[in-house]
Amino acid sequence: MIPLSFYLILSAAFFSIGIIGVLTRRNAIIIFMCIELMLNAVNLSFIAFASFFGDSSGQIFVLFVMAVAAAEAAVGLAIVIALFRNKLTINVDEVNILKW
Amino acid sequence: MSIEILTFIILTIIGLTSAILLIIQKNPVYSALLLITHFLALAGFYLLLNAQFLAVLQILVYAGAIMVLFVFVIMLLNLQNEEALKDPFNLRKIIASILGLVLFSQFGIFYFLKAKYELDIKPSPNSIEAGSVKKISEALFTTYLIPFEVTSFLLLVGIIASIVLAKRKFE
Repeated sequence: MIPLSFYLILSAAFFSIGIIGVLTRRNAIIIFMCIELMLNAVNLSFIAFASFFGDSSGQIFVLFVMAVAAAEAAVGLAIVIALFRNKLTINVDEVNILKW
Repeated sequence: MSIEILTFIILTIIGLTSAILLIIQKNPVYSALLLITHFLALAGFYLLLNAQFLAVLQILVYAGAIMVLFVFVIMLLNLQNEEALKDPFNLRKIIASILGLVLFSQFGIFYFLKAKYELDIKPSPNSIEAGSVKKISEALFTTYLIPFEVTSFLLLVGIIASIVLAKRKFE
């Protein structure tokens, strides 16, 4: 039987890989993909706890996270398209008009 | 070695390799395909944890809908100057990798020093029942009815926002 901490360590590893991706990559689409990676890492923790406690509440939270992730991906990619239309780039270093 | 541990090891290898290759891959299309592989491995983990409904939903929603959106946007943008997005190995990447490793080691230290014995719980025998469509829908439409309805409103706002943002200006 696989202990709960293995799933939690794995989830932490996926989350850290997502963090490294967000911090190192400059392509806006890949940054969105890394955010999806992090959301899914948290989902894995939720499902591991839900399964080990035999309670379906954790799985319902995963359902909500999926809905939020879907809305976030749609809005984020629309922002990327609008950005590309206005500045002809999706490099986040060149998008600094909100930078103080 | 039981079949469960073997499946766990194989899924771990697939999930970790696809996630690491995703962040070092230069071509965004390959990154999208690797993300699909990662989501399929996660669906395997969900099946291993007796969450059948969410495993199916993971494939349907993520590998089906969200990844189609990603691939479609990559195709729509048709980036000409991908060379400009490649930056050399610089100080920022080193610092970011160190920060990520520090975060992971903090998680690891917490689990292995503090939570190892507190989280040493046996898997619940009714986890198979808890992951079924019946149990989830019962909880979703009774206890979590209002959050469920708010989610539908959130998706509506997401649709409107993406249409408004991606629309061409007709002036």
